[in-house]
Amino acid sequence: MADEKKKALYCLLATFSKTPEFFEATGKVRDAGFKKWDTFTPFPVHGLDAQMGVGRSKVPLFTFCGGVFGFCLGMLITWYMNGLDYPLIVGGKPFWSPVYPFPVMYELTILNAAFGTLLGMFVMNMLPRHNHPLFEYKDFLRSSDDTFFIVIETADPKFKREETEAFLKEIGAEEIHAVEA
Amino acid sequence: MTAAEEQARRELIAKAKPVDVPRPVLITGDKDFHWVTEKICGIVEGKTPLWWWVLFLIAAVCASFTLFGLTWLVSTGVGVWGLASPVNWGWAIVNFVFWIGIGHAGTLISAILCLLRQKWRTSINRAAEAMTIFAVVCAGIFPLFHVGRVWFAWWLFPLPNSNWIWPQFRSPLEWDVFAVSTYGTVSVLFWYMGLIPDLGTMRDRALKRGKWLANKAYGIFAMGWRNSNRHWRNYEMAYLLLAGLSTPLVLSVHTIVSFDFAASNLPGWHTTIFPPYFVAGAIFSGFGMVLTLMLPLRAVFGLHNLITQYHIDCMTKIILATGSMVGYAYAMEFFIAWYGANPYEGFAFINRAFGQYAWAYYIMIGCNVISPQLFWFKKIRENAWLVWIICGFVNIGMWFERFVITVTSLANDFLPSSWGYYSPTIIDIFTFFGTFGIFTVLFLLFVRFLPMMPMGELKAVMPQADGHGHGSGTQGQGVPEKGGHH
Repeated sequence: MADEKKKALYCLLATFSKTPEFFEATGKVRDAGFKKWDTFTPFPVHGLDAQMGVGRSKVPLFTFCGGVFGFCLGMLITWYMNGLDYPLIVGGKPFWSPVYPFPVMYELTILNAAFGTLLGMFVMNMLPRHNHPLFEYKDFLRSSDDTFFIVIETADPKFKREETEAFLKEIGAEEIHAVEA
Repeated sequence: MTAAEEQARRELIAKAKPVDVPRPVLITGDKDFHWVTEKICGIVEGKTPLWWWVLFLIAAVCASFTLFGLTWLVSTGVGVWGLASPVNWGWAIVNFVFWIGIGHAGTLISAILCLLRQKWRTSINRAAEAMTIFAVVCAGIFPLFHVGRVWFAWWLFPLPNSNWIWPQFRSPLEWDVFAVSTYGTVSVLFWYMGLIPDLGTMRDRALKRGKWLANKAYGIFAMGWRNSNRHWRNYEMAYLLLAGLSTPLVLSVHTIVSFDFAASNLPGWHTTIFPPYFVAGAIFSGFGMVLTLMLPLRAVFGLHNLITQYHIDCMTKIILATGSMVGYAYAMEFFIAWYGANPYEGFAFINRAFGQYAWAYYIMIGCNVISPQLFWFKKIRENAWLVWIICGFVNIGMWFERFVITVTSLANDFLPSSWGYYSPTIIDIFTFFGTFGIFTVLFLLFVRFLPMMPMGELKAVMPQADGHGHGSGTQGQGVPEKGGHH
């Protein structure tokens, strides 16, 4: 148990060391109807999203917008620079056509889509965020080593200290820690 | 599915008697998650080995050669590079294409093998991506400085210059600017994103060990990563998307580099086989370099459980396949030169094989076509020393390929009166050998300060990673796909 300093309780943290047990337990937390909870794993566990009942990631939307923006940007700059502002005939090619400078649009599409993807990952994950109550947990490191966490926040409407603790024990938690922040 | 259909399906399965095909174990030695963390982080956290300092010093001295060569060039003029009529493209473009090609295996491993669900990529992708970035750095030096007055290199960018003249997008050289800068940037983004979870681990471990500075340094770049599944979900989607974006990118970069040649009308250059041939060659040389780097690292850090014989087998087979493609392209160039009935084209190829640069041509054939064929033999694939030596040949051969393409066509073009013989100057040689120093310095710093393998991905291919308990025994098998059977 956590030390008895008078900080507000942030969450109950249950640890698991085996993937299948953790995977099963996750399904039980989902079925119990908790809202403000999360799992922490050293690697992406396949199928865990469905097990947690979270939907599809929204990152592709950012990628798509980035790609469309990049393509239009490529069209615009080649048309403006070679077709409108400084028209010059080289090698019998037209002042501007979408064909000859295609590599430019192609590369800008990919470049901006990649930036969109990275931005999307950060935005959807609400990163960067260098402070977080969980960082106060002294063994937080284990989540990137070999231990799986299930975290149920006090902010959850269903959270009741004793009952939640009993519930976590029931679904097979090996250790339960109260994280205060 | 109705009950009858279900019954029929079961009967069919019973009849077919599907066999559980065992897949090769990707991480040998029956290791657990904690071992992976300790092994990978241990390389960074341990004391700097003496060999590292020795190599670093040698590499740094070697890197100064490039600095010297470039200083000489800028202070004197681009003429110090031995480029003169008729060969106005020499080592500069050869080295550029060589280094860009080296980079390709990194992107191939991280992107195309990811899309093809080749799980063996996880042990080598981080280092290969680092190799890509450092190779692009080396490659960029040459086109940047070949413009002569390097302080005007920004004219290549779509910025209004002092005379309000815009870049000319009809030129393949301008396409190169976009292709290579996009390639470099996307490679860095991909690499960085893959590093974020591991940087989080390094941050937490540094805190535990009381290393304040390391904790802050890794912490800033880890962006507050918390290993939450809600993070992993977006991370995995972003990773997949970046792999999908990099795949056409890796094919386009060398295609566009080949356009520098193929869009001209010089005999020996305007062949339509260039884009696929350049891409195959790039992957070929890239894998050669991956093995050249990874085999010593495996030996020094004792990574035999992570880079197994199976990994080496996979890579040597890719080298064999792409080497054969390159050999096919060489043959096809000759065939088309004859079949196309263009006397200039025909001469260019006869001259390559029997002219004044025949020596370079046969080094190229020997290293690129003949030496990888040895990988047909299992005994050779299992001998790390032989693999390493053959990979060295591959790297040499691919440099000569670019040399042969560039120089033979220029030195003996349409008019015999304007033929010449090209030799590099000492400055050329200094500048090029220095780039190996730059590459090595950067790679050594990478090995010392960043986790060399993606720990999360390694753990995910271990049998105990499977949420359904299917993984035991045969690794990489039975891991359900995202959202599967629920």
